[in-house]
Amino acid sequence: MSKSERPNQLFRNLNAKVASIPMVLTAVVIFVGGSAWTVLYSFTNSKLLPRLNFVGLDQYYRLWSTPRWLVSIENLLVYGVLSLVFSLVIGFILAALLDQKIRFEDTFRTIFLYPFALSFIVTGLVWQWLLNPEFGIQGVVRGLGWESFNFDPLYNSDIVIYGILIAALWQGTGLIMCLMLAGLRGIDEDIWKAARVDGIPTLKTYLFIIIPMMRPVFITALVIIAAGIVKVYDLVVAQTSGGPGIASEVPAKYVYDYMFFAQNLGQGFAASTMMLLSVVVVIVPWAYLEFGGKKRG
Amino acid sequence: MRYQFMTAALAVALPFAGPAAATDLEVTHWWTSGGEAAAVAEFAKAFDATGNHWVDGAIAGSGGTARPIMISRITGGDPMGATQFNHGRQAEELVQAGLMRDLTELATRDKWTEIVQPKSLLDGCTLDGKIYCVPVNIHSWQWLWLSNAAFEKAGVPVPKNWNEYVAAAPALEKAGIIPLAVGGQPWQSSGAFDVLLTAVGGTDAFLKVYRDKDAEFAAGPEVAKVFKAADDARKMAKNTNVQDWNQATNLVISGKAGGQIMGDWAQGEFRVAGQTAGKDYTCLPGLGLNEVIATGGDAFYFPLLQDAEKSKAQEALAETLLDPKTQVAFNLKKGSLPVRGDIDLEAANDCMKKGLDILAKGSVMPWTDQLLSQDTQKQKEDLFSEFFAKPDMTVEEAQKRFADIVASAD
Repeated sequence: MSKSERPNQLFRNLNAKVASIPMVLTAVVIFVGGSAWTVLYSFTNSKLLPRLNFVGLDQYYRLWSTPRWLVSIENLLVYGVLSLVFSLVIGFILAALLDQKIRFEDTFRTIFLYPFALSFIVTGLVWQWLLNPEFGIQGVVRGLGWESFNFDPLYNSDIVIYGILIAALWQGTGLIMCLMLAGLRGIDEDIWKAARVDGIPTLKTYLFIIIPMMRPVFITALVIIAAGIVKVYDLVVAQTSGGPGIASEVPAKYVYDYMFFAQNLGQGFAASTMMLLSVVVVIVPWAYLEFGGKKRG
Repeated sequence: MRYQFMTAALAVALPFAGPAAATDLEVTHWWTSGGEAAAVAEFAKAFDATGNHWVDGAIAGSGGTARPIMISRITGGDPMGATQFNHGRQAEELVQAGLMRDLTELATRDKWTEIVQPKSLLDGCTLDGKIYCVPVNIHSWQWLWLSNAAFEKAGVPVPKNWNEYVAAAPALEKAGIIPLAVGGQPWQSSGAFDVLLTAVGGTDAFLKVYRDKDAEFAAGPEVAKVFKAADDARKMAKNTNVQDWNQATNLVISGKAGGQIMGDWAQGEFRVAGQTAGKDYTCLPGLGLNEVIATGGDAFYFPLLQDAEKSKAQEALAETLLDPKTQVAFNLKKGSLPVRGDIDLEAANDCMKKGLDILAKGSVMPWTDQLLSQDTQKQKEDLFSEFFAKPDMTVEEAQKRFADIVASAD
């Protein structure tokens, strides 16, 4: 009687499994189901209302021959690469500086993190004013006497995307800094002592010992930044609404505009499928390396 | 705590859930600028007088922002009582999907076909022989608004047509005035081009491109002339750093800009600013080259509702909108032309009288809202907002892309 049978795997932790059913359903029905639906309808010529009238790859041909989409992709690449690099570099440097047992660390941390409390819409509006040639930075500097000072990125098609990048970095680096700081604090004090005993210079210690040890933190930061890059939309809407002309358009805005303004769901779905594809291309290899590797190890 | 929160939430929710006493009809529209709001208040007043209640659902941010909200409410099963659209093809699919109410019966009873002038207005509301909307005004795009003060300052006479205006541009620029104000919103540059197409190219050219979708013609020499004019406009507008159309109109009102190509809704702004047509500003229909009026405009559509009370209120609203007195009161404030030929606009100002004359002569044409799908319109907007913002985009390249859009237009 007392010989207990090995419990069925399915019923282990039954409570936890029951409790997670709603989330599983949400994930499957809304995320996976919704994505599949979108991909399916991207092969149709749906206009205002979804209709199953298949036209093959027509929407994709049109998408990739639309100048506005190409500009959007180019902007996303420029914005993405720069925002990734600068967020990580600035975030890490700020964190490393804060980690030097300085005074008023709390105050600085709060100041740097504070912009993150603002939504992208507010950030966008604030920077739209700051970068406005008449009222913003250019106006102030000219007022101080440098009459020829020129700084109006939002009104110049060639550099407008950098104006948006500045605002995004101002808003986002604080969070990355905090993540990095947490990572740095997680490093055992003994490692620093050992490095000092071995006479390794501080910079080298950071580059070759600390940063490799902080790999999980970097990966978390990377995922957070990357997700922010692909979905960038509200910042552009608030700062430039895609202008001047179409110089600061981004893919997410293309999707929205074509789905709702142009009443062309098929085209919008095709564009959003391309966005999904780009995320999948990045995430899948990473997830494979990260989680697949752990199981083996 | 939690229960308190629940009761509080319920207390907030209940008034909306309970039955309304008088029939409330929510009407959504995007009339939010000063002149527009004053005009729509006239409708509300007249509708309230019928014993019903107008629940105002104004959506700020122009049609481009408002339409997606309206459409998603109708398709999402939360229809309002009535909603504004530009008559034509904006609501086409909603009608095809059976989401809009068929007004034919009411229209026959009230003899709309006889009172609505010009007839092409009702065509924009008709699909498969059935009438689905009530046109309330005629708005035409083909106007050039000029600031008399700006030309005085520049020391040149106020131009009488587009060509004179282009010739006067250097003098304006020398006086520190922006020759032409074009706001940054995409529809403004695209609309300005369409006006140039009617004025410089002529009505036939416009119809050939947008109605017949003749891509070869769109790539040809006649349209090339229009692109040349658009290039002039682009150069004249290069210093406009505003977004909204009414901010651009404001530049003209304050004399900081020489002029603006904008529909007759701009007139409401001049009135709110207390300016007089002929004295403070000059208007040139058809840019002074081709005096026509496009029969675009606004109309009200009525979503199909289950509630019998509300359906009755919809009929009352439809009648109110076409009532001669409401038509006069509304259109005077809005600066648009009435949809009835049988009413007297005594109080109309100079510019409106010009418009009424053209209308009486029958020089009317359809506009892009009636001829092109929203999809094509959006592609056009993308092209022209890029063209106006990017000085190094050549005229040839723009025309080639324009012809491509026309070729794939529907």
